[in-house]
Amino acid sequence: MVLRMRDPFAALLAVQRAMDNATRSDWFGTLTGGRGAYPPVNVFEENGDFVLVAELPGVKKEDLDIQVKGDTVRVHGKKTVEYADDASVHRRERVGGEFDRTLTLPAQIDVAKVTADYRDGVLTLRLPRAESEKPRSVTIN
Amino acid sequence: MAAVQREVALQEKRELSPAQERTEAAKFYSPYTDIYETKDAVIVTMEVPGVAKPDIDIRLEKSQLTITSNIDSKRYETLEPIYAEYNVGNFVRSFTLSTKIDSNSIAASVADGVLTVRLPKAAEPIAKRIALD
Repeated sequence: MVLRMRDPFAALLAVQRAMDNATRSDWFGTLTGGRGAYPPVNVFEENGDFVLVAELPGVKKEDLDIQVKGDTVRVHGKKTVEYADDASVHRRERVGGEFDRTLTLPAQIDVAKVTADYRDGVLTLRLPRAESEKPRSVTIN
Repeated sequence: MAAVQREVALQEKRELSPAQERTEAAKFYSPYTDIYETKDAVIVTMEVPGVAKPDIDIRLEKSQLTITSNIDSKRYETLEPIYAEYNVGNFVRSFTLSTKIDSNSIAASVADGVLTVRLPKAAEPIAKRIALD
């Protein structure tokens, strides 16, 4: 019996399309730290820069580590919820622990120009687009 | 302290139920709160991210302690949202205090988006022995 590929290009195209969709998809879709991970983030745009905001109540500045490379941002740290030694707890709603989330943005980031601000338990990361990502107007000769 | 640190679980913000609805045109959330008791005080810690110290209002009426924390929504005015996972709003929560609290010496502080209110216990009323004539 001769096994013949019905249409090699159809299979290849399907794979290629699936991969393109995965890599080019919307925000953070295919990553391990996708939707539903801690900390939740909001992303804004201001003058072409991305502004990533995350609420991290109870996380100390020194327990927070941020790394940016290419088009990915990693927010990693530890949230501590402490009680005095002799305390008896009546109500416990806050949760502590470690977190590590990696986000992929739809554009390359100019790593040298990234600024971070942490105030009142809210982290604001300003992520400017890399020069290569900015549109350039072309003069017509 | 446990040797193995847990991963922080995601907690959706809890919006106030309709029974507690307010007339203001803003979202109100119920902040995640821990309450614990030590020998001399009851301590309330509350997560209020994005709230600056002057925007926290702690009010004690009779035995009702109400804590309102307002966020500064101006910081979002110039920003164009493109992706969202949570909403922002003010925080409000009320507690009924036991009478054993010394309401004159309640102290509060805020750090990294966590408000801590210390409610000192009132000195126990001294038992009085009534002598019979």
